[in-house]
Amino acid sequence: MEWPTFALSLQLAVTTCAVLIVLAIPLGRWLAWNAGPWKGWIEALVALPLVLPPTVLGYYLLVTFGQGTALGQFFSDVLGMPLVFTFEGLLLASVLVNIPFAVQPIQRAFEAIPREVREAGWCSGLSMMRTFRVIELPLAKPGIITALALTFAHTLGEFGVVLMVGGNIPGETRTLSIAIYDRVQSFETGAAGTMALILLVVSFAAIAIVYRQNKSHNDRYV
Amino acid sequence: MIAMSEGLRVTLRQATPIPLAAAFRCAPGELLALVGPSGSGKTTILRTIAGLVGSQEGAISLDGTVWFDAATGVNTSVQDRRCGFVFQDYALFPHMTACENVAVALSHVSITHRRQQAEAQLARVNLEGLEDRLPHALSGGQRQRVAVARALARDPSVLLLDEPFAAVDQVTRRRLQEELVRLRRTLDIPTILVTHDLAEARMLADKLCVIHEGKTLQSGPPEDVLHRPTSSAVARLVDISNVFYAAVHHHDEAKSATFLDWKGVSIEGPYRPDLKVGSAVEWVVPSAFVVLHRRDRPSRGEHENPVDGTVHDLTALGDTVRVSIRPANEPKYTVVFSVPTHVARRNGLEVGVSATLSLLAEGVHVMAEAD
Repeated sequence: MEWPTFALSLQLAVTTCAVLIVLAIPLGRWLAWNAGPWKGWIEALVALPLVLPPTVLGYYLLVTFGQGTALGQFFSDVLGMPLVFTFEGLLLASVLVNIPFAVQPIQRAFEAIPREVREAGWCSGLSMMRTFRVIELPLAKPGIITALALTFAHTLGEFGVVLMVGGNIPGETRTLSIAIYDRVQSFETGAAGTMALILLVVSFAAIAIVYRQNKSHNDRYV
Repeated sequence: MIAMSEGLRVTLRQATPIPLAAAFRCAPGELLALVGPSGSGKTTILRTIAGLVGSQEGAISLDGTVWFDAATGVNTSVQDRRCGFVFQDYALFPHMTACENVAVALSHVSITHRRQQAEAQLARVNLEGLEDRLPHALSGGQRQRVAVARALARDPSVLLLDEPFAAVDQVTRRRLQEELVRLRRTLDIPTILVTHDLAEARMLADKLCVIHEGKTLQSGPPEDVLHRPTSSAVARLVDISNVFYAAVHHHDEAKSATFLDWKGVSIEGPYRPDLKVGSAVEWVVPSAFVVLHRRDRPSRGEHENPVDGTVHDLTALGDTVRVSIRPANEPKYTVVFSVPTHVARRNGLEVGVSATLSLLAEGVHVMAEAD
């Protein structure tokens, strides 16, 4: 068992969740309640990673942020290190790949809150911000937990884009799914099996949390 | 100086997205019912008063304080208008108990007294013992009461009720309506009720305002609007079927009456010297002012506008029968009214038999000179 690899995978999954939740709550809420001309385009962009092969996304990230490019040079100057083949690059790739898994459940959760319920909050004297905190967030909680669980599990299992952007640098960019692939290639099926089992258990736990959470929400409020 | 007790004044005008041309007033303690068919803009008017949507033109003020004025750009926030709003589906917060739902609107009360105040508000709407239930564990009627308690908890400046009885069964509706009648006696704020149910509006409201396609067509006391519509459009909306055309025949000042010539039949109505003799007019007679003569002993009274005709249609409505008669002088039209079922049976009313009616003079109302 490669514990540093496991730790790196966990670190990547947790950081991806942390970054995405900050982005996905305002974006999902905006998409749920605005019908501007841009909405369809933004929804399409959000969903794009679902249908795009991870290698395609990885390729574009490489050619955009590679060291020979202007953007790559810019980030290299700002961060003091290149984006590709580093943990930060891996994080960027992981965030982009997981956008639909984070945004869509949150958008659906906000869409399910009737407009009048928000308005009742305002009419009861709550400010917009307080209505968001006291009324909207608790009602959107199942969607937020679903988003976190899916993002977490999906990041742990991501392979293509991680390999393209991160390479396979132990302790830096080598994740569990890549390690499994590596071990299988070198016929170390025992080690691969242990890591595969860990991924299986974690993924199952994530999905179980989602279903349990949704059931208890429905039992309580519906 | 504008009087402090002038109540709520609303003037709204816009072309899109929902056309509006509404103007009305509602005094403190008064209940004004906005009536009209579905999609006529009633709810939009209510939402505009609450500040949930804007309007392109117009103004809203309460006791002289301007809440909204399109011309000057004044637009007080929803929170600062302090409107108690009962939404059509109640819009309770599903994750909060009945008590918490009400307590949300008690931010002006110290935290230590909130629970106690919320319980008092729930007791006011007869919900003692249900404080800790979540909305999904309450019946439709109980949810409506929580919504009313929440709307009143903030000590609102205006109470807005959007079809508050639409989502409950008929028995519960009647009980809740009776409760509202009792409750509003204790309120000294303007109350606006949106409904498409004329009987409900008539029972609860001090004033009716008929809305059609966003426009206020007529407002006034219920009896005025329901018996003396100002146009055939209002007559249709308040379900008066008996709209006819006639010519003004003469005025009789001594009898305080104006006589119409309705295709050869003389119709006496209230004195209206403003109408030009000879002019063509539209007139109505609400069905409550139509009396069926006993068919075995027809009355020959001269002062009750007798009209002969034949029964065109009969519709049984339980205890009553809706009768439609084609007058002999104007067979293109029908006079519609209701009689108790036993009266219809005793008089042998059947389609095709002849019948004589009286159109009571006090109910005859001339609307306007026809085009």
